[in-house]
Amino acid sequence: MRSDLIQLSYLAAAVLFILGLKGMSSPRTARRGIMWAGVGMLVAVLATFFSPHLSNYLLMFVAIAVGGGIAYVAARKVAMTDMPQMVAIYNGMGGGAAALIAANEFLHFGGSGLTMGASFAVLGAVGALIGAISFSGSMIAFAKLQGIIKKSFLFPGQNVINLVVLAGAVALGAFVILQHTGHLGGPVGPTLGLFFALALLYGVLMTLPIGGADMPVVISLYNALTGLAVGFEGYVLGNAALIVAGIVVGAAGTLLTQLMAKAMNRSIGNVLFAGFGAKGGQELTGAVEGSMKEMAPDDAAISMAFGQKVIIVPGYGMAVAQAQHKVWELAKLLQEKGVQVKFAIHPVAGRMPGHMNVLLAEAGVPYDLIYDLDEINGEFPTADAALVIGANDVVNPAARDDPGSPIYGMPILDVDKAQTVLVVKRGRGAGFAGIENKLFYADNTRMVYGDAQDVVGKLIAGVKKV
Amino acid sequence: MITGFAALYIFILAAFVGYEVIGRVPVILHTPLMSGSNFVHGIVIVGAMVALGAADTTPERIIGFLAVLLGTINAVGGYAVTERMLEMFKSSKDRDAAKGGGDA
Repeated sequence: MRSDLIQLSYLAAAVLFILGLKGMSSPRTARRGIMWAGVGMLVAVLATFFSPHLSNYLLMFVAIAVGGGIAYVAARKVAMTDMPQMVAIYNGMGGGAAALIAANEFLHFGGSGLTMGASFAVLGAVGALIGAISFSGSMIAFAKLQGIIKKSFLFPGQNVINLVVLAGAVALGAFVILQHTGHLGGPVGPTLGLFFALALLYGVLMTLPIGGADMPVVISLYNALTGLAVGFEGYVLGNAALIVAGIVVGAAGTLLTQLMAKAMNRSIGNVLFAGFGAKGGQELTGAVEGSMKEMAPDDAAISMAFGQKVIIVPGYGMAVAQAQHKVWELAKLLQEKGVQVKFAIHPVAGRMPGHMNVLLAEAGVPYDLIYDLDEINGEFPTADAALVIGANDVVNPAARDDPGSPIYGMPILDVDKAQTVLVVKRGRGAGFAGIENKLFYADNTRMVYGDAQDVVGKLIAGVKKV
Repeated sequence: MITGFAALYIFILAAFVGYEVIGRVPVILHTPLMSGSNFVHGIVIVGAMVALGAADTTPERIIGFLAVLLGTINAVGGYAVTERMLEMFKSSKDRDAAKGGGDA
């Protein structure tokens, strides 16, 4: 009876998770969605406390109190611009937990001298491998986005070394499986330890060469991997809630990863096995004609204030300068002057898809002023001005018409079709991907140099004077 | 225990659900959705509790304790971050309603 109730609670939790994720795929129901999922989690955790034959309650409470406290405070304190790395670190923790569950199960069976069923040993080991890779990989992703690790580590033969390490981990995993199904003897502990060490090492090696621009794809991939690891460990534990939630996230995360890679015109394999710019062959220097034309913020303000329609294109530069509040202030001022203002967001602007949306939402921009690439691209020819703030590669026309460019084929925002393009940029250098941008040399482009926060402040002052 | 083909069915059907459920998500919600699905795999905390609950040697207890600790961080942190992101999603209609009519 009691275990029936527990199973029923797990079923309810699984249903709530799915409804929650469904809710989160529409802006109107998104907040309700996360609450549904939250209720599901609460139900599942409470039910677990009543599981039969459970011990170590004190340890459990301490772990939950300490972990919950740390995570809650950190999540509340962190700045909105740092959200991507927080997702990375929390995701890594989940992967780590899945790997530890596997370690525990193997030790439990190994210690009692019992053998495991083949399917349990195999899925347990696969989940452990994936979970451990997701853990160490996510930590490196966090360190890179946080700026703790600044360089991309590239050396010849890297892919071969990585492959050898992965092969070693897989071989040891097979060894662990054979030991636990009774096909091989020998001490269990050292094999298991070495297996985890190699899996963790592979996560580190795999993530180190990947550049910051590709990090969103990688975090999304690790998110999907953690989901799979959780699902597999759920099978080992015979827990349906873990299986359903884990596999649902694994599938959804895989789809999300594909969508993101596609928006950048790269395959997942390309992101993982070739550091960006590592090819380095296509030099574009000298191919650009014309010169960059600078414009003072006051003049830029006037050209916007007297227009009918202004489209604002934010990029990572806006996030770095924390300029989103000022940008919204500017947009409101322009609206008061009778200018129609829209925000255009490229799928991969910033460090994660939707990163810009979150920042603009934080500043108070209503989401119905924010448009996707497909919705807005037809409107640029009718815009009097396009204001590009700290975006570069996502507005580079080379993606449209230069087959030699590394970003050729990536969908871009067609800002160059606006009557005037105002580009707010910190300096004259190339963008994150190190690619020269012809947009900056176009006849209808004016450059406004400076930190996004400063420049937008000056634009606000300029519009007020009109 | 869930074994054999019953388990295989659950795996496959859950994968389809996951694929379908986010199929139509707008770009605006990609980051919150990633964060939300990150929260959902925080269910690993339940597995960690079961593992710790069954631990009867010191190494198992240490590993189980760490598993519950990491699982809790995943679940609690994932929820708090997602909620913070989603708190901010309001349309101008909502805002005007909050202002009591408003000037649009």
